Amino acid sequence: MDLYEHMGKDLFRAQGIPTPAGRVCGTPEEAAEAARAFAGSAVVKVQVQVGGRGKGGGVELCRSPEAAAAAAERMLRDGFVGHVVDRVLAEELLPIAQEFYTSIVLDRSTGGYLAMMTAEGGVDIETLARERPETIRRVQIGPLLGLRSYHVRELTGALPVAAREGAADVIRKLFELLWERDATLVEVNPLVLLDDGRVIALDAKVTVDDNALPRHPDLAALAQEFPIDPVEKRAKDAGLQYVKLDGEVGIIGNGAGLVMSTLDVVARAGAKAANFLDIGGGASADTMATSLEVILSDPAVRCVFVNIFGGITRCDVVANGVLEALTRVDATVPLVLRLDGTNAEEGRRIIDEARHPMIVSVPTMDEAAAEAARLSREAA
Amino acid sequence: MSVLVGADTKLLVQGITGKEGTFHTLRNRAYGTDVVAGVTPGKGGQDVEGIPVFDTVAEAVEATGANTSMIFVGPRFAAEAILEAADGGIGLVACITEGIAARDMAEVHAYLKGTATTLVGPNCPGVISPGLANVGIIPGEVCAPGRVGFVSRSGTLVYQIVYELTSRGIGQSTCIGMGGDPVHGIGFIESLALFEGDPDTDLMIMTGEIGGDDEERAAGYIAERVAKPVVAYIAGFEAPVGKRMGHAGAIVTGSSGTAAAKAEALEAVGVQVARTPSQVARLVADRLAG
Repeated sequence: MDLYEHMGKDLFRAQGIPTPAGRVCGTPEEAAEAARAFAGSAVVKVQVQVGGRGKGGGVELCRSPEAAAAAAERMLRDGFVGHVVDRVLAEELLPIAQEFYTSIVLDRSTGGYLAMMTAEGGVDIETLARERPETIRRVQIGPLLGLRSYHVRELTGALPVAAREGAADVIRKLFELLWERDATLVEVNPLVLLDDGRVIALDAKVTVDDNALPRHPDLAALAQEFPIDPVEKRAKDAGLQYVKLDGEVGIIGNGAGLVMSTLDVVARAGAKAANFLDIGGGASADTMATSLEVILSDPAVRCVFVNIFGGITRCDVVANGVLEALTRVDATVPLVLRLDGTNAEEGRRIIDEARHPMIVSVPTMDEAAAEAARLSREAA
Repeated sequence: MSVLVGADTKLLVQGITGKEGTFHTLRNRAYGTDVVAGVTPGKGGQDVEGIPVFDTVAEAVEATGANTSMIFVGPRFAAEAILEAADGGIGLVACITEGIAARDMAEVHAYLKGTATTLVGPNCPGVISPGLANVGIIPGEVCAPGRVGFVSRSGTLVYQIVYELTSRGIGQSTCIGMGGDPVHGIGFIESLALFEGDPDTDLMIMTGEIGGDDEERAAGYIAERVAKPVVAYIAGFEAPVGKRMGHAGAIVTGSSGTAAAKAEALEAVGVQVARTPSQVARLVADRLAG
């Protein structure tokens, strides 16, 4: 779960990492009020779960309360690259001497953690890593021993002497935060040295491990604050993995890999998937009915491709589940059903004998995708 | 022949008394796997359909000579179950459990480096050597004994592709479901190395998906160390950037880790990359016929 900047900064402050004073604002008036509290100026920052805010117009330097209100109004009205925005963060303007970058991330290639620091702040770190990798200091941190003093010295050696002590304190606390709160990423871009010698975190990017949320109820509760598509919410409440996409062929499948593969096969057949929906191991009538309801609530859907591989769940059981689901849900578009695996022939026989007017049974994944693409073109 | 599991596998099941644990233990035994013990703390002395249950792995190993463990323990306690298996002297651990915290797995990963234990998973379907032993939840009925080695991040894609291979009369030496979690045990490189060294594997299949760089690193390894033919498949060409697709592993967060980048890396070292699951079976058939 990617946290909003202001949530990350709450965690930073709780850990003792210095951040600018700031207020979360849901209206332009609140942003103006915040600027007045910060001696008339403020940095207004859009709160979203994606990066690239600086370049994308998501951060604005405002020299008056009126300017802060105008920036907040624009951000709240226009959103940010397709994301709904319901809050901005207004922060005090600080005299910056120098900008740096630091982060610690779970490194899936080693199974440990990777800490990075560079004196080149405020830049796109991926570009820097590609073009001038020697400017970034990297330290592997083993999970059994954790962050040690020599790691810290190695990292902060990248910075000017005046910033080293402050940065060392920040990196130590960042690692504590990452460890104690089960984060898979903590990133500060930029980390800054102020004119008065303090080192503070101007930004905060924190990603919390979803698998660890059960042991952090306070972090789990933050999930409620992110906007969610009503259809996605309904699927989630039913225990289904659903992601809305922008195509016209609805997809139901079992297993994340197979469903991802189904999106690819549909694209190769010349159509676009309307969603990702993984029903997991079972394919009961209940699951199938809910899945169809979720998918058919998307007006863009012109046909549904049900791609089931029967492993432990037998295809005859799946076939009966689909037929029963269709007695409860009114299929407004055709269903292309592909059953393969254990008892596939029996499953197809059940479907064929039912002669349901909206079901087209196709034995292979490639042919079924072609049929789904054809039907969706026909309905266009 | 086979790798990881086979005729000499003596299986212990951690979490045997849970619903899933019991169900799959009995399926594996029915398949012919030698299931010798179960472990559930507090239930030592009981049995599951004749399989003796112990309180600890150490006791179970002592009493039965178990050399392989399959874990169905819930996510809160599964990481510790892996450590207990390693300390109990188990050589191969297949952890089926989904939802283990990454920090816990990072600790396990670091600890196992100093042991002789190999981990498969977590969040994986396990390992099957068709006709010999099934350690996990891969449906044995879709597999057939043969000479193709298979390693995959996704579970259902294993089932789908194995089924198509079997339908064409192409059997498998061993199928490894390595799982999709960010921190995991055996990966493509270790699996390919095992297959390369197995005299009874002629060809290997690897199926990857978006996220991470396991496939790219495997490509580097193949170029240097693998002589046997490799056929690959990558899922997720159409997955939108930044959206999570059900697997912890299946997330694209930037330009690297995309399906296109992975396919390109593999093709650059001479690996044939299929564009659909069905094409995998066709490529393998052509390769074996040629």
